[in-house]
Amino acid sequence: MNVLYSLLLVLALVVIPLIGAGALGWHTLFGVFIPLFAVVVFLVGFVYRILDWGRSAVPFRIPTTGGQQETMPWIKQSKLDNPSTTAGTVGRMALEILLFRSLFRNTQTQLSQGPKLSYGSSKWLWLGAIAFHYSFFIIVARHMRFFTEPIPMPFEWLDKLDGILQIGVPTLYLTEIVILAALAYLFLRRVVVPQLRYISLPADYFPLFLILAIVISGILMRYFIRTDVMDIKTLTMGLATLNFSVPEGIGVIFYIHMFLVSALLVYFPMSKLMHLGGVFLSPTRNLANNNRMQRHINPWNHPVKVHTYQEWEDEYREQMKEAGLPVEKE
Amino acid sequence: MSKLPAADTLAASIDYTPPRKPWMEVPAEFRPGVYSYPANPKNLKILDFPNPRQWAPEDDDWKLPENWQEIIYEGFKERLHKYRSLKVFMDVCVRCGACADKCHYFIGSGDPKNMPVLRAELLRSVYRRDFTMAGKILKSLSGSRELTEDVIKEWFMYFYQCSECRRCSLFCPYGIDTAEITMMGRELLNLLGLNINWVMEPVANCFRVGNHLGIPPHTFKDIVDFMCEDIEDITGVKIDPPINKKGAEILFVTPSGDYFADPGTYTFMGYLMLFHELGLDYTMSAYASEGGNFGLFTSAEAMKRLNAKIYAEAKRLGVKWILGGECGHMWRVINQYMDTMNGPADFLDVPRNPLTGTVFSNARSTKMVHITEFTADLIKNKVLNLDPSRNDNLNVTYHDSCNPSRAMGLLEEPRYVIKNVCNNFYEMPEQTIREQTFCCGSGSGLNNEEFMEMRMRGGMPRANAVKHVQEQYGVNMLSCICAIDRAALPPLMEYWVPGVDVTGVHELVANALVMRGEKERETDLRGEPLPGKEG
Ligand code: SF4
Ligand code: SF4
Repeated sequence: MNVLYSLLLVLALVVIPLIGAGALGWHTLFGVFIPLFAVVVFLVGFVYRILDWGRSAVPFRIPTTGGQQETMPWIKQSKLDNPSTTAGTVGRMALEILLFRSLFRNTQTQLSQGPKLSYGSSKWLWLGAIAFHYSFFIIVARHMRFFTEPIPMPFEWLDKLDGILQIGVPTLYLTEIVILAALAYLFLRRVVVPQLRYISLPADYFPLFLILAIVISGILMRYFIRTDVMDIKTLTMGLATLNFSVPEGIGVIFYIHMFLVSALLVYFPMSKLMHLGGVFLSPTRNLANNNRMQRHINPWNHPVKVHTYQEWEDEYREQMKEAGLPVEKE
Repeated sequence: MSKLPAADTLAASIDYTPPRKPWMEVPAEFRPGVYSYPANPKNLKILDFPNPRQWAPEDDDWKLPENWQEIIYEGFKERLHKYRSLKVFMDVCVRCGACADKCHYFIGSGDPKNMPVLRAELLRSVYRRDFTMAGKILKSLSGSRELTEDVIKEWFMYFYQCSECRRCSLFCPYGIDTAEITMMGRELLNLLGLNINWVMEPVANCFRVGNHLGIPPHTFKDIVDFMCEDIEDITGVKIDPPINKKGAEILFVTPSGDYFADPGTYTFMGYLMLFHELGLDYTMSAYASEGGNFGLFTSAEAMKRLNAKIYAEAKRLGVKWILGGECGHMWRVINQYMDTMNGPADFLDVPRNPLTGTVFSNARSTKMVHITEFTADLIKNKVLNLDPSRNDNLNVTYHDSCNPSRAMGLLEEPRYVIKNVCNNFYEMPEQTIREQTFCCGSGSGLNNEEFMEMRMRGGMPRANAVKHVQEQYGVNMLSCICAIDRAALPPLMEYWVPGVDVTGVHELVANALVMRGEKERETDLRGEPLPGKEG
């Protein structure tokens, strides 16, 4: 059901520009206003979410320690998995964000007769996730060619690199293949693995389908339903410089692509996709385990009712004296 | 108490196929063996906790306060503001499922709500409805739901089926710590008077008397005296451990499990023997006679109230620094919370081992050192006269207790100590030790009798790894550094891996320790003949 809802929702998102920009010809709405609105929602939403997290306190230092602590010099500390310095913590975060280190650890548990449990290494999720995120990132960076003039060198290089296989005209991008495969894997995993199907919400399928639709519309536009790149660049440069112009003759497929991207931008800040920002803020990962070395302050630390020594001794004084234990008050 | 099924029946009942119905439509089913008994109202009264009353989870009516929904809403709101962890963890889970099969309770029960991700979703679904835009607009499509009494019952079931071991957190790409979520969930439940006795009674006892079991000071002294007699019988060495002694250099704090029940008692005797042999200027306290802190399993406030005693007593007695015994969650509290909650401990000195001169600079702010750090340092500096062959009847493996491993990173010190006092040491498989260690199945206040079935289920992954080394190397002794482990692992071993005993690390140390003026020892601390003395 969840799969179906999400699919229908994405199809609806395809139909809207098909009618709006296609049949009705509202090019300025779909080419300028909606994308601009989406970018604003994305930026404001993203910043708001980060600030909102930031408003909550971090009362305690609670890193999950993934290795040996800092102790005596002759015991080797695991500096990256259990950092006690800022440098170590930055290293840990970098490994986490750039290489998905925790996912890399993933194992799969198997129960066989006996009972006997075994834990196999399981890197598929890691591979799928890393393939998806890196190709997505490269694709986004590649698109910067549409929003810059002159195009900075790094974007050019990325473009060259991505098309390095030089297959076909226009050249096939590697990332397009990779992201399709990764999305397919991430989706299939959700429907095939019973536990995952059980926990999956529309909010898990919807972004997968949405991104898939974006990729497919992009591929269609580039290889199959050709539309004039120069015209598109005129439009996108107009967006980037707030100097709008909407050339005639841009195919409706472009508006579909653009609308889906806008939908993603709007959806982003209010969804689980915010893990992009959240991963930096996770208190189990971004704090050093130096709790016994340095005092950490809790902004809301308030006094609590304790049972004082005096109250305690009052209750047990006689028995303590009898047992020969020292007391404060005779 | 419920009847515990035989081990193979239990194992055969594990089924990882989720039910057909969506999880929101599957209510929690309370049957004997899978839940703990509610707190006795008298314990809640001692602590001024809300809604003390008689009730039972199997009842229809849980006697919640009239405005319970409002209480939860306000409590949730407050905690979202107080804890960024909670807020971020509510928002960023992508339900990738990497954590799913990392939880021992899921592995042993197959109940999908024991997958950490779903355990957290139980709370998240309510969070979404009340605190997010999407939830308000999209309703159930966003995975949100009404807060009904059934939801509260489900929370009670599954937040008290999590041992807060953090294994899931290690594998999550965002470090989402379901233990943190469970802790918040339990705080919320506590606001409605929904707590379990096995947690609240220790908290109440600890608060009022000083330790979990409510052992008053004079009885504490009797117990220590009694142990000293045993030590004298075995070693011929007479010792007299100080209690509440002012002006000592070191305050020693350990979990009360160590002086209450076997096999913890042997570990406790081990500490006493070691300190005596060193001629350490130390004292124990009858007021702060508990290292373990069940407040951690209750609320931040309760944890702080109990923990406060340690510094207060260090100050009153005028010691220089604090040494802590073998305990799991005690060390989580000390490492992650104590200094923040009850510091600064600026009336104490940076801990320095008086025998080796080593300065424990990793404890320079809390001023509290773990006993395996201390003993490892002694061994490294060759201060101790050890005869590891006295442990030759033992093939030892080591269970990393969850809290010192995943909330501290104390992995090598105990191993170094064990390897120096035992000749036969064998590690369990890599995926089950160190930071990947499996819980004993009974942590976070769940080591009660009525919960036995879930304990055996949750302990299965740990037991299975022990069984592996038993078959492979003939391991017959499981060592650990946690008092809950020493209480929880023996029944677990008996159930899944008969023939394996449980010990603390300092029991092994004491057996190997050659004391000045000792007589020729015939037995170990348990009264079993030493190797070569069987005849
Ligand atoms: S591993 Fe983390 S992100 Fe993935 S489902 Fe579990 S809690 Fe969520
Ligand atoms: S903290 Fe431990 S018991 Fe709780 S959900 Fe995670 S793995 Fe399971």
